[in-house]
Amino acid sequence: MSKQWIEKAISRRGLFKSLGVITASAAVLGIPQKGRAGDDVDALVAKTMGSGPMEEKRVTIEAPIIAENGKVVPIKVMVDHPMDADNFIQSIAIFVDKNPIPMAAKFNLTANSGKAQVAARIKMGKTSKVRAIARTNTGKLYAAINEIKVTIGGCGG
Amino acid sequence: MANIGKSKIRVPRKVKAGDVVEIKALVRHPMETGLRKNKKTGKKIPAHYINMVTATFNGATVMEAEWGAAVSADPYISFFLKVDKAGTLKIVWKDNKGGEFVGTKMINVQ
Repeated sequence: MSKQWIEKAISRRGLFKSLGVITASAAVLGIPQKGRAGDDVDALVAKTMGSGPMEEKRVTIEAPIIAENGKVVPIKVMVDHPMDADNFIQSIAIFVDKNPIPMAAKFNLTANSGKAQVAARIKMGKTSKVRAIARTNTGKLYAAINEIKVTIGGCGG
Repeated sequence: MANIGKSKIRVPRKVKAGDVVEIKALVRHPMETGLRKNKKTGKKIPAHYINMVTATFNGATVMEAEWGAAVSADPYISFFLKVDKAGTLKIVWKDNKGGEFVGTKMINVQ
């Protein structure tokens, strides 16, 4: 009789234990899932531009606030930085957070460019954050983040 | 797409030695992402986009761009170049199917 009770208690404890593990793991998994898209882009930015502290200054994105046609969104990125032989902007990249492939373009410049400014036209699937990241030859990172609204998406038919 | 790879490069007409000039270039290309479906057949349209653009001035690389499929069809590019002496600007666009498109433009210095 008492043996049976003990067995029951153990199984009950075991049940609670496993339940606890399930909820705990769900909580752990649940949080990253929420912010996943952004995290992925952060990781992608670190991968393509190099990780390190990033300052949100010096870079300006010139783009429409509302893009009527997501197929063609003109974007100009200007970086207020000298282009000297030993201190210049080495690369500028454009990321669209909510595109299926967030990295749109990366431009590698040289000191001979004279001015750190590039322009292109990109596709945007839907309203999204657009980031422009600039990296100096010494590894400093500057960024600008704009939100561009899209009324007609440019990905898919 | 007809005229694929047809390019146009624009440089300012009057350039003085030492000037920093804006270069604008266009190339005809479908820039297919590989995610789009043909509405009639339901089949995916294979990816076909430019992934590399290289600009050289008198043989030296002055700008290099890595593109994803998110660049619009008939892509436009603009960048700056410090011109010390006259020369030939050459831009090469390469796509993921091995296509290579070349455009050249003479930059005259006054």
